[in-house]
Amino acid sequence: MNEILDIITSQALTYEQKVVSLAHAAEDTLDVLNVPERTKYFMEKGAINNLFEGNAPYRPRYVMPDYEKYVKNGSKFLGVEPPQTFDELLTSLQIIYHHVPSITSFPVYLGNLDKLMDPFITDLSDEEVKKKLKLFLNFLDRTITDSFCHANLGPEDSRAGRLILEVERELQNPVPNFTIKYDPDITPDSYAEEAIYTSLFCANPAICNHKLNSEVYPSDYGISSCYNILPIGGGSFTLTRLTLTELAKLAESKEHFLNELLPECMEAMGNYMNERVSFLVEKSGFFESSFLVKEGLIDPGKFVGMYGITGLAECVNTLLKDGGKRYGHDAEADALGEEIMNRIDAFLSEFPAVHSVISNGRFLSHAQVGLDSDNGITSGVRIPVGDEPDSFYDHLRHSARFHKTIKTGVGDIFSMETTARNNPAAVLDIVKGAFKLGVKYLSFYEKNEDLVRITGYLVKKSEMEKYKRGEAVIQNTTQLGAPNYDRNRLAERKVRTV
Amino acid sequence: MIKVPVNKIIPLSIVDGPGNRTSVFLQSCNIHCGYCHNPETQKMCINCGICVKECPTQALYVENGNVKWDSTRCVQCDHCIAVCPNHASPKIMWMSAPEVFEEIQKNIPFIRGITLSGGECMLYPQFLTELFTLAKQNGLSCFIDSNGTIDFENYPELMEICDKVMLDIKSWDVEVYRQLTGYENDIVKKNLSYLVKREKIEEIRIVCLPEKVDVEAVLNGIKETIKEKVKDTKLKLITFRNFGVKGEFSTLSSPTPEYMEKLRKKAEGLGFEKIIVT
Repeated sequence: MNEILDIITSQALTYEQKVVSLAHAAEDTLDVLNVPERTKYFMEKGAINNLFEGNAPYRPRYVMPDYEKYVKNGSKFLGVEPPQTFDELLTSLQIIYHHVPSITSFPVYLGNLDKLMDPFITDLSDEEVKKKLKLFLNFLDRTITDSFCHANLGPEDSRAGRLILEVERELQNPVPNFTIKYDPDITPDSYAEEAIYTSLFCANPAICNHKLNSEVYPSDYGISSCYNILPIGGGSFTLTRLTLTELAKLAESKEHFLNELLPECMEAMGNYMNERVSFLVEKSGFFESSFLVKEGLIDPGKFVGMYGITGLAECVNTLLKDGGKRYGHDAEADALGEEIMNRIDAFLSEFPAVHSVISNGRFLSHAQVGLDSDNGITSGVRIPVGDEPDSFYDHLRHSARFHKTIKTGVGDIFSMETTARNNPAAVLDIVKGAFKLGVKYLSFYEKNEDLVRITGYLVKKSEMEKYKRGEAVIQNTTQLGAPNYDRNRLAERKVRTV
Repeated sequence: MIKVPVNKIIPLSIVDGPGNRTSVFLQSCNIHCGYCHNPETQKMCINCGICVKECPTQALYVENGNVKWDSTRCVQCDHCIAVCPNHASPKIMWMSAPEVFEEIQKNIPFIRGITLSGGECMLYPQFLTELFTLAKQNGLSCFIDSNGTIDFENYPELMEICDKVMLDIKSWDVEVYRQLTGYENDIVKKNLSYLVKREKIEEIRIVCLPEKVDVEAVLNGIKETIKEKVKDTKLKLITFRNFGVKGEFSTLSSPTPEYMEKLRKKAEGLGFEKIIVT
């Protein structure tokens, strides 16, 4: 019980953070999932990680309500009428966000804000809209104290979207993350350039390849949490990850890894995920009791299981350590990386996933971005920080190659020289090229700004300094980001000169 | 195929025209501006060998009386350029248009075009025509960055495939021009009219340095020459900076922001609408 007493007596946690931590601790006293010994072995070795989802799943990991439907119909359960004015819209959104469950206990998805807002601002001046937007966005930043939270823009241009970008530059808030869905055939250059320009001041928005990501599901998708591509009106039951870095350490040889360990571990993780999803859907009562289901804002048929993988770079480097070949630099290393990705893809295309209607009974791959405790494990399929290729173009070509098989989120982060602000069109040219080659998601930040993207979420450097001095900080993610920023030497991320 | 001396190829440039471009810098210039910030591109190496003795990594050597450069040993410290008494660089590659294009091609699809600069790239019109033909076949836009002393009208085939020119107008008065560059500017003025008429101007650039450059006369001269078209012509007023400058001008300081603002106002008064002060 020491762990619980530690939570209670911590001076680095806020009251709210303590309550959530205590709930996790309580859940973990249960033992309701059937986990075979061999799976436990992989977990002990760190090859399979349940990412703190807890021992008894009682809500989906990520929930993506259909906010358009909510705005149209209101909610009987919440006692909210369909909004008629901009003020009513903002208040009704604030109300529902409070009731959207997730792994973080905060909403991880806030909807396509520009589309939700645009019809409500036609009679208001820019100044009036911006004033209200600031109040709304500050409310979100100060009450959703966890930056695994995402709002979407685009791909169409809109007045609301442009005003949001303008206000974002001013506010410099870490919450929510914004992503613009970008399709050169739909999104005008001027709007995309405005988005990129904004990201060079406040690290928001990231840019999502709309053409490629809209092919993942038969219905519309949204971006949640870090950069998760999930069906709107559904979400993700679970995200478990296969930490390739740790699995490779158990291998006697490359062949042993590819032909024995990897298939065995993939199977074990698939079964473990099925166990979690079964409990959630069949026993937890979530889908029977949630007003979100009853009012049609989410549909259990639109949830998927995210099959996370991470640490491909170190996995490859470990398997090839005798020859000294490095992921991201040597053809042999990249070929092995691709081989591993293809094996995972082939496994997922066959392995039956329970209750996964929208994904045709399959789990979908995800490049998991990491944990604060990760040491020497590079996010997803990225090239390790500090070991990036000299050429920005080579780096992006590599990204395109390894984004290919990932379905529910993969992305790269680039630290940029300040001069990029003078020519966002040049950065957009690079994005267009990258997306044409198959890069699925990109984000930029300016090297000196306070806001920095850790692995997918945003944290302020100034807040991390506070946390390191032992002061309580408002955002949970500052606590995750601070050790990650240091341990993974993110300050050394290669700055891209444009 | 002719080969030209290539000083440098920058795969990713955001300061040489619209969007992201690959910039190619050709060696040697026909004029010698006091404020040139890359004077090592002005002349061809005379094989004096001074840099060979000075090179800290032995990346330079003499072969048959010529200075040669081993790019694999070079650490790009630019010490050779610092010690060169001749405003030249020993790090030159002689390349044909297909060879240069092979380098450019590596940057597709991340670039929207190429910009040829120098030195003075118009010293090599045939090469430009060959290179631009290849670039155009691959959907790239082709820009020339020029001091304007070579008559564009003499190269109709090149003008046909060149999208835009970024033209330096370094001064208006012929004596001021001669003092600044050692050359005459009548062709520059002719090119201004010609390029504007053919709608080939991307931007006009003036490096602003009081006492040395008659910026106000340049502005008046442009207005007289192209009349109401100043409205649509992008004007870049560049603050002189002594970074990289050699000789007398290296000790001069930059003009004040107030001076630059005064010039902007003057240009606005003449009807320029697209003014950038950098």
